[in-house]
Amino acid sequence: MANPNGVGASVRRLEDPRFLTGRGNYTDDFKRPNMTHLVHVRSPYPHALVKGIDASAALAAPGVVAVLTGADMEADKVGSLPCGWQIHSKDGSPMKEPGHFPLARGRVRYVGDAVAVVIAETKDQARDAAELVVVDYEELPAVTASTRAVTAEAPQVHDEAPGNLCYDWHLGDKAAVDAAFAQAAHVATIDLVNNRLVPNAMEPRAALGEYDPSNGEYTLTTTSQNPHVIRLLMGAFVLGIPEHKLRVVAPDVGGGFGSKIFHYGEEAVVTWAAKKIGRPVKWTADRSESFLTDAHGRDHVSHAEMAMDQDGHFLALRVSTLANLGAYLSTFAPSIPTYLYATLLAGQYKTPAIYAEVKAVFTNTAPVDAYRGAGRPEACYLIERLVDIAAGVAGLDRAEIRRRNFVPASAMPYQTPVALQYDSGDFAKNLDIALPLVDYDGFAARKAASKAKGKLRGIGFSTYIEACGIAPSNVAGALGARAGLYECAEVRFHPTGSVTVFTGSHSHGQGHETTFAQLVAERFGVPIENVEIVHGDTSKIPFGMGTYGSRSLAVGGSALVKAMDKVERKAKKIAAHMLEAAETDIEVKDGRFTVAGTDKSLGIGDIALQAYVPHNFPLDELEPGLDEQAFYDPKNFTYPNGCHVCEVEIDPETGVTQVVAFSAVDDFGNVINPLIVEGQVHGGIVQGIGQALLENCVYDDESGQLLTGSFMDYCMPRADDVPSFTVRYHEDQPCTHNPLGVKGCGEAGTIGASAATMNAVVDALSAFGVTHLDMPATPEKVWRAIQNATPALAAE
Amino acid sequence: MPCTVTMTVNGKTVSREVEERTLLVTFLRDHLSLTGTHVGCDTSQCGACVVHVDGRSVKSCTTLAVQANGASVTTIEGLAAADGTLHPMQAAFREHHGLQCGFCTPGMVMSAVDLVRNNPTPTEHDIRDGLEGNICRCTGYHNIVKAVQAGAEAMNSPSAKAAAE
Repeated sequence: MANPNGVGASVRRLEDPRFLTGRGNYTDDFKRPNMTHLVHVRSPYPHALVKGIDASAALAAPGVVAVLTGADMEADKVGSLPCGWQIHSKDGSPMKEPGHFPLARGRVRYVGDAVAVVIAETKDQARDAAELVVVDYEELPAVTASTRAVTAEAPQVHDEAPGNLCYDWHLGDKAAVDAAFAQAAHVATIDLVNNRLVPNAMEPRAALGEYDPSNGEYTLTTTSQNPHVIRLLMGAFVLGIPEHKLRVVAPDVGGGFGSKIFHYGEEAVVTWAAKKIGRPVKWTADRSESFLTDAHGRDHVSHAEMAMDQDGHFLALRVSTLANLGAYLSTFAPSIPTYLYATLLAGQYKTPAIYAEVKAVFTNTAPVDAYRGAGRPEACYLIERLVDIAAGVAGLDRAEIRRRNFVPASAMPYQTPVALQYDSGDFAKNLDIALPLVDYDGFAARKAASKAKGKLRGIGFSTYIEACGIAPSNVAGALGARAGLYECAEVRFHPTGSVTVFTGSHSHGQGHETTFAQLVAERFGVPIENVEIVHGDTSKIPFGMGTYGSRSLAVGGSALVKAMDKVERKAKKIAAHMLEAAETDIEVKDGRFTVAGTDKSLGIGDIALQAYVPHNFPLDELEPGLDEQAFYDPKNFTYPNGCHVCEVEIDPETGVTQVVAFSAVDDFGNVINPLIVEGQVHGGIVQGIGQALLENCVYDDESGQLLTGSFMDYCMPRADDVPSFTVRYHEDQPCTHNPLGVKGCGEAGTIGASAATMNAVVDALSAFGVTHLDMPATPEKVWRAIQNATPALAAE
Repeated sequence: MPCTVTMTVNGKTVSREVEERTLLVTFLRDHLSLTGTHVGCDTSQCGACVVHVDGRSVKSCTTLAVQANGASVTTIEGLAAADGTLHPMQAAFREHHGLQCGFCTPGMVMSAVDLVRNNPTPTEHDIRDGLEGNICRCTGYHNIVKAVQAGAEAMNSPSAKAAAE
């Protein structure tokens, strides 16, 4: 490695000092002169007509500036929050896409649906006055469970979506699957629920709207993973503000995990209200509000079957899934249980025929959209649980059945039967590294030792694959995305040789300010402290599609490489001119531009200075300046993959499950900063273990109330719930189609971990005849499973 | 009824007129513009708001400003040395990548400092147990545990002890 802060170095993060000293700038930290505070009046009912709103008492309360409602927005012609992805049903009809207004218009559809806002001088005054807004509701029957939403007698969430159906979609070759099942020697089946989750980034959502009447410009500062997307959606579709008059800033953002991708109504409300009252307006969610209104994740109910031959080779997979989309379509909601889910059902296996059907339904719950992994954890969990059941049916070891069915590395690139083409991966190698790492051969002895102290021990695998770096724009468009999904970067050398990079990716914990700077330091040999990465401001960055789907490095980093290529080409021209040589004779290495075969050379710093203070550039061929912009559109998704192994110990007396070991072997392609990559894996694993053992978002289907609406009720993983981890990766299978050879590491931990953990739990309980438990495996659920075991097995 | 609270914050005496119901975290963030202390929940569960009041870690979202009247308060902004040198615990969090989005970090660091002051040589179990009241959604705690172990060692070094006195 030439540069100590270049590619492959565990550079300590450049952004850390400000976070460690309390100098981060999160949205709620911003104050503006004359700023007001906004609090929402939200529906306490899951489904009701709004017959009237009496704001007189609130308006008379101390400090109140305004009370605004959906009618005010309607009068100002504020539009519906748009959905960014359109799915078509089996019969070719487009999905049902009901209106989704920032403030409800006559009807509310989930607990937390916004009805009105109170704006006051202080937040406490706004809160107090919000209590005084009298809303006349007429309650309507409600439904929160997807399984009941599809029944004939279920209440209808939207008049325009009969049977609460948004779409009834499918993928794959049904006839081929049916034929394979007719030939099968073994069939494994499973019914499972992928439990609903609340993303719970530690920074609650917040938004600050400003309007400058002197020039007609609006500024929205918001907790977003993709400010340009918010500007496009809100400007063009909701508020009708031209983009040159709308600046969206996403400053330091305290975690996203998908929940801050989407355009939320609150962003439109504060921006609109700022002009209406002529003052800046800030809204910051309480955690309770986050629970009610952040887009939730998962919530699938599925049935799956795997057909096998006599030797346990997979012949066909058949999957039927019911997906809960909540009360309205969030920005990317329709794509999650379809193109980010069913397309991953091949997993790491060469199953020749796959058919998946997905019904997506509306319910009286918060909208459901992408949460870390977004569709891929649901696919991985389903396949990996089913493969464990298949191992039992076929009488094979769980590692062996996986190995037997892996797509071999020699088959890459591999076209799956569900639309994707994997470019690279050596799945057997991941398993080969993992088995000795976890001492698989020693498991029986550890299990016996646990048994000797009255504990049950289990081990579980998850050999996962995901599709990241979303996405090739042409493919995304063909699949229903209403925008291309490229990325943009600009590299600006300054006259004295320092560099500013403008990226359309956004960091909300991932460490772009370090990783992206490493790429520049490596390429041009500049000290890393002379490189600044600017992200999250539409007034500075040409454009951007933002950060989600583990796309920052694979797509945004590749755009940066492309921009650096352009910088280098320009610098080469300048060097040739200055050194009076032919451009073809200039050799470039580590930021030095040398005339081949001579000692005549220039550093990038000299070239940058000349670029800005030229006296004799041949202006027809060479313009001053060293500032280049590039857009990169990937050719394919990237396919991170790996093998996760979890080992648990269960106390049969209490049902408490303890994760005693967790190991991850991952293939992320090339790794730029190992320290950051490992950190992403650790965090992802805990979100996966959290889903498996602790977290569950529960609505009471009778009352429609969210029962898990705080950290008192929703069990977040804490330091004492998890162990330390063993994390390994290899770089033998770089991505074949992006210039960095990177695949993405942001979601892998979450995708692999829940399946590995549940496979371990079920393995531990297998002595009691347990073949499946739905997540989360709480102590109560585990204890009941043991109590309900067949007496003969339990006595063993 | 407004009331006056006076306290020492990061070594400086401050006095403000506030409503009685003003929380300490609101006092710090809104009245003193010390926005390093964060609010991550409304049930005193997440620990993003932890500060030191008379040397003990306290969740400032569940403390009234008037309760800290006359007290000495240290926030994350006051932890580093006057010359900007990071406190050993801050430095250890950076070295071991114990933070990602940074939102829980101020509370996590303040809790960790108090934990080590009470237990200079914590085991992994002690650390996990001691930080149970601070939720982090990003790191999976793995690197936080490593950082606190390293931070504890650094805080126990003779030079760090001298600096703390």
